[in-house]
Amino acid sequence: MAGLATSFGSGAMTNSINEIPNAEVMFVIGSNTTEAHPVIGTKMRQALAKGAKLIVVDPRCIDLAEQADVWLRLRPGTDIALVNGIMHIILAKGWEDRGFIAERTEGFEKLKETLQKYTPEYTSQITGVPAEQLEEAARIYATAERAQIFYTLGITEHSCGTDNVLSLANLSMLTGHIGKESTGVNPLRGQNNVQGACDMGALPNVYPGYQQVSNPEVRAKFEAAWGVPLDPNPGFMIPDMFDAAVNKQLRALYIMGEDPVMTDADANHVRKGLKALDFLVVQEIFLSETALLADVVLPGASFAEKTGTVTNTERRFQMVNQAIKPLGNAKPDGEIICELANRMGYPFPYASSAEVMEEIAQLTPQFAGISHERLGTQGLQWPVPTADHPGTKFLHKGKFNRGKGLFVPCENQLPHEQPDKEYPLLLNTGRKLSHYNVFTQSSEGLIKNSPEELAELNPIDAKQIGISDGDVVKVASRRGELNTKVKVTERVPAGMLFMTLHYAGSPTNVLTNGAYDKVTKTYEYKVCGVKVSKL
Amino acid sequence: MEWFTITIDGREVSVPKGTTVLEACRMNNIPVPTLCHDPELTPSGACRLCVVQIEGMRNLPPSCVTQVAQGMKIETQNPKVRAARKTILELLVANHPLDCMTCEKMGNCSLAEYAYEYGVKGDVFAGEKRDLPVDNANPFIIRDPNKCILCGKCIKACTEIQGKSRLDFSFRGFNTQVGPAYNIPLNESDCDFCGSCVSVCPVGALTEKQMAGKGRPWEVTKVQTTCPFCGVGCNFDLNVKDGQVIGVTSNPQAPVNGKALCVKGRFGMDMIYSSRRVTTPLIRKDGVLVPAEWDEALDLVASKFREIKDAYGPNALAALSSAHCTNEENYLMQKFMRAVIGTNNVDHCART
Repeated sequence: MAGLATSFGSGAMTNSINEIPNAEVMFVIGSNTTEAHPVIGTKMRQALAKGAKLIVVDPRCIDLAEQADVWLRLRPGTDIALVNGIMHIILAKGWEDRGFIAERTEGFEKLKETLQKYTPEYTSQITGVPAEQLEEAARIYATAERAQIFYTLGITEHSCGTDNVLSLANLSMLTGHIGKESTGVNPLRGQNNVQGACDMGALPNVYPGYQQVSNPEVRAKFEAAWGVPLDPNPGFMIPDMFDAAVNKQLRALYIMGEDPVMTDADANHVRKGLKALDFLVVQEIFLSETALLADVVLPGASFAEKTGTVTNTERRFQMVNQAIKPLGNAKPDGEIICELANRMGYPFPYASSAEVMEEIAQLTPQFAGISHERLGTQGLQWPVPTADHPGTKFLHKGKFNRGKGLFVPCENQLPHEQPDKEYPLLLNTGRKLSHYNVFTQSSEGLIKNSPEELAELNPIDAKQIGISDGDVVKVASRRGELNTKVKVTERVPAGMLFMTLHYAGSPTNVLTNGAYDKVTKTYEYKVCGVKVSKL
Repeated sequence: MEWFTITIDGREVSVPKGTTVLEACRMNNIPVPTLCHDPELTPSGACRLCVVQIEGMRNLPPSCVTQVAQGMKIETQNPKVRAARKTILELLVANHPLDCMTCEKMGNCSLAEYAYEYGVKGDVFAGEKRDLPVDNANPFIIRDPNKCILCGKCIKACTEIQGKSRLDFSFRGFNTQVGPAYNIPLNESDCDFCGSCVSVCPVGALTEKQMAGKGRPWEVTKVQTTCPFCGVGCNFDLNVKDGQVIGVTSNPQAPVNGKALCVKGRFGMDMIYSSRRVTTPLIRKDGVLVPAEWDEALDLVASKFREIKDAYGPNALAALSSAHCTNEENYLMQKFMRAVIGTNNVDHCART
């Protein structure tokens, strides 16, 4: 989000999901789309059936890699070098879009300078990708009429995540592949309402609609609307919170609908932070690992038990409609927050979530035309500035939100922790098709279908360690250890162990590294050193 | 765009060039029965139930694969057309189990609907019936090949929507079947269990296992909503009976996904009733979480928050909001922290 906001002025998917079947070229990097975003994966396969070209950049032989025209099996954490190398080739061959660069962007000369050293040989050395493959990918992407980049956490969950994103934005602008139908840069959002939680200002530095808390005019608007003075200083990001808890700067934490013990990197540090708090409130639908540490657990209602809106990865506000009454004594999360606010002497007098949406629309120009009534069964894609605006299918047509698109040159950076003698394997993490984070383990059917962790390990490593398919092994990092069953497969390259984050029995995040991106403070889930040993 | 004027059952209508006769009829609310047609799939003309009479054509052409031409005169309900359709239905029903009263599809079965309309009882062509094993080994889909009418929609959904091509026809003639390669059970095949095949099956050959025996279509209320899992934002219908969610069915109007869903969205909603659900407030007393009343829990949280704010300032409190909660709830949470507590310490896990 921070990366695209810097380059384009808006941190969201530039195109719509239903533009995918008409794609001419798809450049998929750091996204196992068919498993993590299955229905977008089906749209990509529809495009392939119509003759679209596919470039896949991934260290693992994911499903899409098998269907790719070019599969670049890069070394994890070398994305910047790879993208720079591709841009170097594009310039050398004269495939850049000079008209677009001149009219719609700034900062090109600096980029050009940075790219000089990323020759195919140099790039190949860093990334492990043969020079011919780099050139083939450059040719397919740059010479297409319409080309879309898709990425997700394989790009952002690195200590250089923001720079990874900036590099992809550079690539799109260099070739003019942005601001048109089926042409753009598309971050695929993780959970159902990642986009919305960001849009609504559940972030320490912005109010709803990315209006900065540090901007006095913006703050004055919210102070007037809410009738209280507001703090001009940005608050803690998640990693800061656990550190602040350990050193007693933070005393109380109110967690709604998250399970950081399972999902945040370096779980043991998270646990330590939570235990150091004076008071922990967890509002949840399940008795999660985090809820088990709480002083008070407030039972929230599931999506089936409440009405409201969520915003998908293509910026579409859609209705969540109540189908059943909350189970037992559970209450919708919104109602619980209102009751707490009332008890703390600041009334939240909303009669329905529709009324909350009205307030959001009043305070946020880009959502000003959105109401529950208008969303109906089809939703609306923001920006929706007025009540008669039809919504926005793709962004940056003719002009970027920030005016000119900004090239921000980036240098390749090594992951914070590399495999070494003591921890010789690289741990990569992700999702699998049959589960969603730590949520779907409560579905009996899905658990029957896919009951346990199957860590992927290359046959070469398996042989060296002396384990075979189906064995249970111990995996350890500098931060923690766990046991898991192993699947021996060439899907992962030699030297890599791949695990998902789905199972409490093999809680992968006790292993992962708490290092994070300098801008977004997103953890480096994708790379750390581990060792595997026989039990 | 070029428009053609045609006549359907004596009614003059205009439709764009490239429209099929079937689409022209449906645009104008003229009913034509179909078993193998689906607007999201390419037409195959397999079931022949959509035949119509077109002036100047020798046979009865299937309307789903016949494009309109200027001045075309179409009849959709004359005796010749109806007789042809009835024969097709008689042939289908002749090799179809008649256990409708216990069939999951009852009330939502296209074959039964048309058999009723055309007065087909299955007593015209008596002969051998299939007796094939039912595939019930997986947690999600019951596949009863004895009920299959070989319309091929599941094959097309798997190929054209999902791009997986896991299903196809095997054998010939009377022995023709639909299934994965080598006719192995679905759970031994490469099937992902997205259930797109189930969503298009017009009869009881492919049904949702989790919904089996839980309710009839006319007892069920469908509530369109947005999937709670990933960021694609698929919509589907929650099927509700007696205040309980009994399963999920596709909603063809879903703006992002149409009828397509993945295994989690279609078959994972039993998580609503998971035994891990917490349905009453809990307060830690003597180190143990024990059930409490709402008032007690909320009063405790409010007083503790106030106490900590008074003692250490508003920045000693923080909140994690949720990428799984609604926009309105996220808005309320950040407003609560900013306006009520007085801090910008609010974040959530998906800031990337």
